[in-house]
Order: sequence, then structure tokens, then C-alpha cells
Amino acid sequence: MSASFPFLQPVSEPIPENPSIATARARWLWPAALAAFVLFWQFGDGLAKWAFSYPRAFEIPAARWIGKATKWLLDEASFGLFTFTDLTRFVAQIIDLPYRVALGLLSTGLLSGQGSSAVQQVPPLSWLAVLAIVALIGHHAGGVRLAALVTACFGFLVLFGQWTSAMVTLASIVVAVPIGVVVGLLLGLAAWRWPVFERVLVPVLDLMQTIPVFAYLVPVLVFFGFGPTSAIVATLIYALPPMARVTILAMRSVPSEIRDLGNMVGCSRRQMTWKIMVPSAKDSLMVGVNQVIMLSLNMVIIASMIGAGGLGFDVLAALRRLDIGAGLEAGLAIVALAVALDRLSQAYAEKAGKPAAGIPAGNGFVSRHPYLAAALAIIVVTFIAGLAVPALQSFPEAWQVSTGTFWSEVVRWININFFDALEAIRNVILLNLLVPLKRLLADLPWAGVVALLALAGYRLGGLRLALLVGVLAFLIAATGQWEKATVTVYLCGVSVVFACLIGVPLGILAAERDRLWRWLQLVIDTLQTLPSFVYLMPVVMLFRVGDFTAMIAVVAYAVVPAIRYTVLGLHRVDPRVVEAGRAMGCTPRQILTKIKLKLALPEILLGLNQTIMFALSMLVITALVGTRDLGQEVYIALTKADTGRGIVAGLSIAFIAIIADRLISAGANRIRERVS
Amino acid sequence: MDGGQRAALVRLDQEVEAPGPAPASGGPGRFLERAAPEGLRFDYATGRTMASHEPKLVCRGVWKIFGAGGKSLIGTASRPTSADLRAAGAVGAVRDVNIEVREGEIFVIMGLSGSGKSTLVRCLSRLIEPTSGDILFNGENLLAASEARMIEIRRHQMGMVFQHFALLPHLTVLANVAFPLEIQGIERAAREERARRMIDLVGLAGKETAFPRELSGGQQQRVGIARSLAVEPELWFLDEPFSALDPLIRREMQDEFLRLQSVLKKTIVFITHDFDEAIRLADRIAIMKDGEIVQAGTPEDLVLNPATPYVAEFTRSVARAKVVKVASLMRPLNGVLPPASIRAAAPIAEAAPLFSAGNEALAVLDGAGKPVGLIDRAAVVDVMMRG
Ligand SMILES: Nc1ncnc2c1ncn2[C@@H]1O[C@H](COP(=O)(O)OP(=O)(O)OP(=O)(O)O)[C@@H](O)[C@H]1O
Ligand SMILES: [Mg+2]
Repeated sequence: MSASFPFLQPVSEPIPENPSIATARARWLWPAALAAFVLFWQFGDGLAKWAFSYPRAFEIPAARWIGKATKWLLDEASFGLFTFTDLTRFVAQIIDLPYRVALGLLSTGLLSGQGSSAVQQVPPLSWLAVLAIVALIGHHAGGVRLAALVTACFGFLVLFGQWTSAMVTLASIVVAVPIGVVVGLLLGLAAWRWPVFERVLVPVLDLMQTIPVFAYLVPVLVFFGFGPTSAIVATLIYALPPMARVTILAMRSVPSEIRDLGNMVGCSRRQMTWKIMVPSAKDSLMVGVNQVIMLSLNMVIIASMIGAGGLGFDVLAALRRLDIGAGLEAGLAIVALAVALDRLSQAYAEKAGKPAAGIPAGNGFVSRHPYLAAALAIIVVTFIAGLAVPALQSFPEAWQVSTGTFWSEVVRWININFFDALEAIRNVILLNLLVPLKRLLADLPWAGVVALLALAGYRLGGLRLALLVGVLAFLIAATGQWEKATVTVYLCGVSVVFACLIGVPLGILAAERDRLWRWLQLVIDTLQTLPSFVYLMPVVMLFRVGDFTAMIAVVAYAVVPAIRYTVLGLHRVDPRVVEAGRAMGCTPRQILTKIKLKLALPEILLGLNQTIMFALSMLVITALVGTRDLGQEVYIALTKADTGRGIVAGLSIAFIAIIADRLISAGANRIRERVS
Repeated sequence: MDGGQRAALVRLDQEVEAPGPAPASGGPGRFLERAAPEGLRFDYATGRTMASHEPKLVCRGVWKIFGAGGKSLIGTASRPTSADLRAAGAVGAVRDVNIEVREGEIFVIMGLSGSGKSTLVRCLSRLIEPTSGDILFNGENLLAASEARMIEIRRHQMGMVFQHFALLPHLTVLANVAFPLEIQGIERAAREERARRMIDLVGLAGKETAFPRELSGGQQQRVGIARSLAVEPELWFLDEPFSALDPLIRREMQDEFLRLQSVLKKTIVFITHDFDEAIRLADRIAIMKDGEIVQAGTPEDLVLNPATPYVAEFTRSVARAKVVKVASLMRPLNGVLPPASIRAAAPIAEAAPLFSAGNEALAVLDGAGKPVGLIDRAAVVDVMMRG
């Protein structure tokens, strides 16, 4: 019976041999390593030239290999029955057909003939019809309020003359989202069912989400050619991973009792999937659908680089012309579209969670499908009305409103009145911070940096992490990307520091004040739905192109997770611990610094992690304003359709992201272990 | 501790070899006074039996070890203790369980949270694969059955009620109850007809079109019960069906359950962590601790002869007088027949008031009203005094 009284046994903790030696070694490790690094950096140049600039002769010609592989895929690769080109053509067709139908309905109408000589036989849905149908869908999903909101969003498109472009964009979204949802769902289900497949899929998804979009635009462009099909493929690659992930998660989180129930009533595997798992996980799956929609909209501008057209193209063109008014309006149109689709899909997700209202009685088509009947009636009526009154078919230009000139005036006014002040700020930061830092980083020996990173990996996560970090860092150097990578790291680093300096204190403030937090949340949400390009424009107008502009845009974009995670972390702190602190007589300040921030540190580190990811993804976009980093490299590769160059640079960015992510996560884990 | 375990094993072996005492030998009676109409289950005093002694489900040497290397751990000759397993980084959720569930009985598995009840019942229905052992259902080894055969068995012969109801949120009550039939491919009209009957049976008529989240906990569990009964299973598993309900509803559902069983006469494996519930419902109870069955027997058995201090701890709070039967304190007839009498199957608590008229002994009658023995005031007082 002694086992049931463990407290009677003498407590004997194993005492470590000699703790002072171990900790002393740990304490001296970093200073020693840093000292060695600095010495090497200062005096090692003569000893080991190779450690400062990677010798050309040993460079891994990865870009050339990838280029060759692409060529081989295009020209020769064959899977027995069909070639790789057949495959891409097949995919293209699957996408192309529904796209043309959607485009015909929303934008071009039914055409006969080819190309520019095509003649419109039947006009597309008129703006009035689309507006009415959207209102109807809104009403079906979430009642009158939602109907009003989505109508307002689409009304904005009509009124500000964004209609034609918006419908082109909508057509590609309408095609991309269902395909993304279905493919993502199937991939997720497969991963859930076959663990082996999951082990392959998850790393691929990870990589897909860390590689900057630009990088895979290049191969997509090469394989599918310039045009909307390519754009949709790229959108799918970007928007699909979350759906697959959500599916895996949703399947996992179906209560095991429900799964047991399925087995107990004797479901076959297929019945298990489609009658038990998918319906039970419907709520979570709808979150995935929402993600796919939002990410597809995020891609609108980037996809227009490979031929998407529509609103994205308008923004891009405006950015190139530095026409802030036009760019802002097109950007806001994307936001309006995003808000409408987001709210609609969220309302449907909520509706999926609730039981359906009883199916109305009655046998007629109208009483069984009132919404469908109304939609058909709207189409017929507006079609006839559109024939009679052209203004109802396409919104007359005379009625449209534009704020373009207004915005341009605002910027011009600011530039005239504040040019000197702005310029001074820019120069001070540029000369005192950015340029020296950039020089410093470029000056460091790559071999030393790789060694330091590996050491950090070893200290934080053991040999495996050291190896991963070291190899990835080495590969960046070995593929000849080191110099550009330092520019990326420096821009990213500076931006992240600023984002944290702004975001963390704001988060701390907001965590204590509910009202402030509610307002801040609104701002952050808006910042996140704005397409990232929209940040660029005003900054470019004020500060012209260059590193400083890029930095501001990145900070504006990356500050969001810094705020969010800080607040989240502070809110998660167990109130009982805070209470205990108060009972011990801590001042509010002590509670904040000694208890709350300490406990929230892992979350805040996670926020830092996210901030870095956001910064990296935005950095690629700032390549458009003339930075000299890896993003620029990718962008150049895109314009030259140089697959190898694009992928190598893209992978380098991904490697930086992975290194930062793994090191920070390992650090956060350590802290978490120590805290709990 | 080891002594206790061994004692439990010995008792268990006896159980397996000699199932139940012979009716005439005057062994402990095993009828529990309850809401169910009398005589529906085995009644020692009358020798009538509803629960045949045919084993419906036999579970022999079943182990379930979670974690790495489970199989290799129990391959060795000695039984690993739970500490051994923990040291090896594994959890022995079910350890060497031997039980036999007889046709038509309510077999209750009782134990504290984490003692392995759910795991055991999922092994019995093979929802989880046991690490080793045999499970015989109607003499067929379930662990050797193919997947298709298991689907067949589960579709037609087994039903399960879950602790958290496991209702499908997107289906109405009617569709939930009809769901197992839908899976079998029975056409709509037929399955809904049967589902409606089940819904009537559990007293939910009128709620057919409601959705699970519109029902109270008790109502939801009624749906769960109706659903598990829709396939008319021979073997009915209930995994803590009433634990999520508040005490009043729980009591009501227990009565309901006994009423149903009096009509349906299923073979039942019932899981609970509540000893009162076990006493109320069980024909036999198995008490689990750390994945092992510590003792298995009738409620009376457990109360009168707890095999280990652990079992004694459980039974301490139970009023013995409500569990112990007159028959078990009876001594042989000695010619004189006292004026007052009591049934052999009645609990001692019922006998107590009869002594207040100055009787020193009562006559004990069997089910047919024939005197079979005497019971003394001293013996009754002794039981009453012990609580
Ligand atoms: N899938 C699993 N993996 C690892 N350990 C498990 C798993 N399922 C159960 N266990 C462990 O097995 C032991 C028995 O769990 P089980 O769920 O059978 O207990 P229980 O008696 O049903 O408890 P409760 O009354 O809380 O339902 C527990 O220690 C549990 O942690
Ligand atoms: Mg359980």
C-alpha cells in the first residue's frame, strides 16, 4: 500500500553534479562567441577572404538548374499517358471554361466572333441586376441589414466608376473560390485520412505560405502564359493552403464521440467522411471558405501582374503613373468588394451553424425557392428594362463621381507646404540609421553570421535546429544571394523594430482600456483588409521611391500583428495570478512589468514572429518602389520570365522567414517552459 | 496493494468458473428492489430468471496500452504495474480485464474518472483496437472480424449511447434518430416510420422537427437513446449516459431507462462513475481502478464483501440495509413459524419496521409465498447499525 502514500516517502530531488560549471559555461558562451565574431570580422579579411564574399567558383548554380528543369518540364516531361504540357493545358481548360462563363455573365456578355472583332449578342447582367441580386443574397444570408451593407458596397463600385473593372475581378474570384475550396477540402480530407500524405502535404503548405507570391508567379507565368488563367492559378496556389489546413484542423476537432457514433452505426469510410465528418465540421470549414475568399482578394493586384486585369490592373497602372487618386479609388473598390464578400461568407458560415428554418410548405417552384424565383424575375425585368433604358444597362459616366483629382490635390498641397519637413525627417533617418546599418550588415562576413545563427539555433533548440538554420543560411550565401539578402534583412529588421516600438506599447495601452481596444481593433481590421499596395501609394507620393518609403509602408503593414498579439497575450494572463499579485501589494506598474508582461512574453514573441512574416511579405511588394533587395530580384525575374532567378531569390526570402520563425518559436517555447 | 489485486483476480476467476450461486443453496440473493415491475429479471427467491446465464459478451485478458511499444510491454511473463507502464512512457488504460456479460442483464462498469471505463467499453465495441486479449460476442471473436464484418455487426447488433450525446447538430431529432437506418440504406419512409416509434418510446413525440441545440440535456439524451435503439441492437452500450445531466433529471432518466429495459430486455453494458447509479441499475457491477477490474459481483456482494479497501471506500456511504437482501441473513427454519413474514428478495430496510411489533424473528417467504427460513432481529439490527 506504500505506493498510495507518496508523500510519506523521503523527497529526494536528483541534485545536478556541479551546477555552477554548467551555468558559467552558458554565461560565457555568448560573449565569447560575439568577441570571436568581432575579431574575425575586423582582422580576418586577410586570413580568409572566402568568408567575406562567397567565392564565385563554388557557387551553386541553382538558378541555372531550375531554368533547365523548367525547360525540360515544358518540352519533354511526360507521365506516360500524357505530357506535362498536356497537364497544364488540362488545368487551364478546367479554369478557363467557368471563367469565360462568369466573365460573360458579369462583364462581356455573350460574344460571337473572336478577339477584338467579337460582337456582343446578349449584354451581360446590368449593374441594376447585379445590385439587386447581391441584395437578395445578402437578405438570404443575413437579413435586411446585411442586404443594405452589401448593396452599399456594390453601389460604391457603380458610383465611382469602378464597375467594369470590378466585374472582371469578381468573375475571377467567383471562379477561383469554389475551385480553391473544393481542392483544399479534398487535400485536407486526404491528409486527415492518410497520415503519410499529411506528412508530405504539411511541409509543402508551409513552404507555399512562406515563399513570397512573386516567386511562384514566375513558373506559373512560364507554364500557363500571360492571362487570366495564369492569374487564377496563382491565386489558387496562394489561397488554397489555408483551406487545406482548416480542413485538417476541422476534421481533428470533430469530437471523438461523434466519430465513435459514426463507427457505431456502421458507417463505411465514405459515409464517415460525407455524412459525419464534413457536416459536423461545417462551421469550421466555413471559416476556411472565408479565408479563401479573403486571400483571393489579397491576390487581386499581384495577380494582375500576370494578366488578371480588372481592379488589380487599375491599381498597378495608377501606381506606375503615381496617380494617387485613381489608385486609391481602385484600391478602395477592392476593399468594398472584400467587405461585401467577407460579410456574406461570414453570414453564411453563421447560418450553417444554426438549424435551417423549416422548409416552407407549398409545392410550386416559387414557394419552394422564393429567392431563386426572385433572382430570375430580377434578371428578366432588368434585361427588358436595360433594353428600353440604356442607363439601366450600363451606368452612365455623367452620373459617376470621382475623388481622384481631390486626392491628387491633397498630396500636392502637402508636398508644397511640408516638403522641407518631410524631406528633413527622411534624410535624418536615412543618413543616421538606414544607410549605416545597411553598410554594416553588408560588411559582415557571411561565414561568421552563419556560424552565429547556427549557435543560436543550437542554444535554443538543439542540434537539429542548429543544422536547419545553418544549412539554410549557407544556401543563401552559396546561391549568390547573400548581398541582396542582407539588404532584405536590414530593411525587414529596421521595419520590425519600428513596428514593435509602435505596436507593443499601443498593445499594452489597449489591453487595459476596452474602449481604446475596440477602436484600435476597427483600425487594425481595416488596415488588414486594405490591399497592401494601397499603403505604398501615399508614402511614395510623400517620400518618393527608396528604402525609407519601403520602410514606412512595411511598418504600416506589419504593425498590426505586433498590436494584436500583445493585446492577446495580456488578455490571456490568468486573472487569478493578477489577483494574487494585487493581494501581495504590487503597484499597477509592478503588476504590468513583473507579472503580466512576463507571462504574456511568449504571445508577444509570437507576435514578433508574425510581424517579421508580415514585413517580409510586404517587402516583396515594396520592390516596386525601387529597393535593392531580394524582392527586387524576384520582380526583375518576373518581368524577364526567368524562372530560375525568380525561384532562387524567392526561396532565399523563404529561408530568411523560416530561420527567423524557427529561432523565435524555439525561444518562445523555452520561455513558456520556464514560465509554467 | 498487490494482495488486494490478487484477491480481486481470485474472485473474478470464481465468477467465471461458477457463474452465480445455485438458487437453492441460500446464497446471497441478487434482486434489487426498484421501479421495474417485479419478476422481470432473475429472482433468486422464485428461481425465475429473465437473465439467462448464457454469456453474450466475453472479454478475456484485454489490455489497452496507449503510447509507444504497448505490445512489447505486456508480452513478458509478469504483469506490468501501472507504474512500470508510466516509466516506459505509456498509459495502461485497460489492464488485463476479464468480464462476462450475460444475456439480458445490466452489467455496470463503475470507476472514477480516468479509470479506463470509456476505453474498456470502446474496446468491447472495438471502436479502439485493444492491445491484446479476446473479445467474444455471441461466441465470435470480434478482434478477428474483418472491417466489413464489424460494420455488419455494428449496424444490426450493437447500439451505443454517448456521454455527451453525440447528436449530429445539422440534423433534426427525427433525422438523428433515423440516421443509423439511413446509413444502412433503408429508404426514407420506412426509416422515418421506425424513428417515430423510437421517439414515441422515449417520450419525445412532438419534437421530431426540433434541432438538437433546441433541446434540454435530458431531451438530447433521450434522442441519443432513441437513436441507439432504432437498429434494435442485441447489445447496448451506454457510456455515462446520464453523467452530463443534473441530479433530478438523472433520476428521472434512470427510471425511464429501467422502464425501457423492462420492455426491451436488452443485454446492457452501462458505464457510470456514480456508485448510487450503479446500485440502482445494476444486476452486476464491475469496479475499475487504474485500468483494472478490482472486483466484479452483485451490488450486495460488493457491499458485504468488498475485496479491497478501495471498494470498501465506495460502498461505505451506501446504506447497507437498502442493498442487502433478507435472503442473505436468513437462517434455516426450525419448526416454529413467527406470525410476521417478509419476502426473501426484499432489502433489510423493509424488514426493520416489522420488528417493532415485538417480534424477535420473521418468517422468510420465497416468491411463491412458501416459507423458506427465518430472520432474526439481532441480524437485522446489526446490518442497520453498520449504516
Ligand atoms: N487516446 C488516448 N491516448 C492516450 N491516453 C489515453 C487516450 N484515451 C484515454 N487515455 C488515458 O487512458 C486513461 C483512461 O481513460 P478513459 O477515458 O477510459 O477514462 P474514463 O474512466 O472513461 O474516465 P471519465 O469518467 O473521465 O470518462 C486515462 O488516463 C486517459 O488519460
Ligand atoms: Mg469516459
